[in-house]
Amino acid sequence: MSSHPPPSRFSLLSPTNTSARFSLPSAPSITTATTGTPKPLSRPNIYDRPLNKTRTAEVSASAFAFLFSEVVQYMQKRVSGINDLERRLNTLGYRIGTRVLELMVWRTESLSKAPKREIRFLPALMSIHTNVWKAVFGKPADAIEKSVQNEDEYMIIDNDPVVTRNISVPRDMSQLSCSSFTAGIVEAVLDGLGFPARVTAHNTPVNDFPLRNTILIKLEKSVLEREELFK
Amino acid sequence: MAIFGLWVINKAGGLVYQRNFADGLAQLTSNEYLVLAGTLHGIHAITSRLSPTGSSSGAHVIEAETFKMTILLTPTGTKFVLLTSLAETSANAVLQKVYEAYADGVMKNPFHTPDMPIRSEVFDTKIAALIEPGHT
Repeated sequence: MSSHPPPSRFSLLSPTNTSARFSLPSAPSITTATTGTPKPLSRPNIYDRPLNKTRTAEVSASAFAFLFSEVVQYMQKRVSGINDLERRLNTLGYRIGTRVLELMVWRTESLSKAPKREIRFLPALMSIHTNVWKAVFGKPADAIEKSVQNEDEYMIIDNDPVVTRNISVPRDMSQLSCSSFTAGIVEAVLDGLGFPARVTAHNTPVNDFPLRNTILIKLEKSVLEREELFK
Repeated sequence: MAIFGLWVINKAGGLVYQRNFADGLAQLTSNEYLVLAGTLHGIHAITSRLSPTGSSSGAHVIEAETFKMTILLTPTGTKFVLLTSLAETSANAVLQKVYEAYADGVMKNPFHTPDMPIRSEVFDTKIAALIEPGHT
């Protein structure tokens, strides 16, 4: 043991340090404290980074793919069928979607001079297609379609969804679409903007894009009625 | 210059993926492929202990008169074996890319059980894109 031991995790909690930890950017990060490594991290802890910097906030797609794979495996052991699995993925996505919306509102608020909240459905859908997709997946979605048969149905189409890029669903589960996770995100964002809807994901492969996925949005009646009043 | 086939052998010596690309090698039954893969696994284990100067990664290339097999051993013990013509020079580069496709299309797939036969469309497409276009 040296005469100057590295700071223990308890020293951070001592009253003299408490205020520094929460207010100064130079304060030791939480990770350094718990692992007890004496060397400071070169990058600041994720909690200490500014929320508005999106350029450096990207995470590894590989790391996400492995995590998502484990999530699906974990859930698969605890569900009774494909519907149940999709519902759970949807719920998980929903929890992320609420946060995504919150974060995006916060970002536009500080970046643009006239931040606005979408109150009409189509602009809201467009902003999901471009802004939400860019924030979550790093690229806009590929198309928006309106159902011909049902006027309360809209679709967002992604030719190469990041979430399921590495997933091959076995034949006996061919109806399963792991993009239910993405559907959950969309549902939460729509809900948060005041357009309650039921959102589901469907595999719609075409020759050039075997992984092509359609997110189907079925709006609630109240939304359509309100849109009518706006006209 | 031709790539005849690709095998993936798991760390226990089981053949988990086998695919032929170009004609030129005699076709074997699936059982014979399994036996061959298991034998290669054993031989590889012995060759890795032959080195006079400490540890070795074992046999790298096995050459015959008309073809050669190039072996890539990953740190986790999975082996990728590429059967090519003698003149083929890209074997090592191809194997590296196959390893990459394996990491993406197989290991990140929640419906794949480790060390079990690989049934992944993503992996199949990636391998086809990697090997077939230049060697049809």
